[in-house]
Amino acid sequence: MKRELKVQLAGVLENQALARSIAAAYAAELDPTIDELTEIKTAVSEAFSNAALHGYGGEKDEDGKIAQVQRPVFMEFSLIAPQTIMIRITDKGRGIEDIAKAMEPMFTTDVGQNRSGMGFTVMESFTDKLKVDSRPGEGTTVTMIKKLDTYYGF
Amino acid sequence: MEIIFDVMGSTLIAELFGELDHHAAEKVRERIDEALDSHGSCSLVFDFSGVTFMDSSGIGMVLGRYRKMSEAGDRIAIVSCSKTIRNILNMAGIFSVIDYFDTREEAVAVLGRKEVS
Repeated sequence: MKRELKVQLAGVLENQALARSIAAAYAAELDPTIDELTEIKTAVSEAFSNAALHGYGGEKDEDGKIAQVQRPVFMEFSLIAPQTIMIRITDKGRGIEDIAKAMEPMFTTDVGQNRSGMGFTVMESFTDKLKVDSRPGEGTTVTMIKKLDTYYGF
Repeated sequence: MEIIFDVMGSTLIAELFGELDHHAAEKVRERIDEALDSHGSCSLVFDFSGVTFMDSSGIGMVLGRYRKMSEAGDRIAIVSCSKTIRNILNMAGIFSVIDYFDTREEAVAVLGRKEVS
């Protein structure tokens, strides 16, 4: 597949900004609009924070003790058609029991009332297609497809 | 993410700068709650004009403050956010419970006025 990029990051929230910067760098060469670039960054940011927070429980990595191998998040980017990016974000964490429930807007496992439960809704609205595969105990894969407007070169 | 606090009457204004994600939101939340407690403010204005990126953590952060403040009858408003940020906040229907203003002066005027009446 053309222009394929595979990255492995430690699933800690500290890496969230790096994850979306990588997504932006991958998309940048396809001449996205600023809005499209923001949408890709936001969707990847959501998927990555889900992996870190829910897949791996969101422990902090204050002293760098959490090794990348213990909580890997894999990001794959590929061009599946002209101006069409497929982004796949995989964790090997605890998985989701009820995917449909998890994807409901405002559904959150947070009891402290500080999270919105809007992660999947944001991903859904900012991409053209979203698919979630998950098995409890084995991990979760989020696949997103984003079509960019055609740049006609004038 | 940086925050600059400003106090106008009994209103606390939190001007946010930079990228607001789950990693940053935790600290922002703590700092705003601290500032609210130490100033004893009865209204809070979020100024998003300096925010360059925001994901759903922003919704949680705003809603969390809203829940906390409205319990005590305190008010909250949002000013000057970009189209994308407004879009994300809108997905959760935030503007049906929280007022939006273009400038902080307007927000302070409206929030301040309602306290008196």
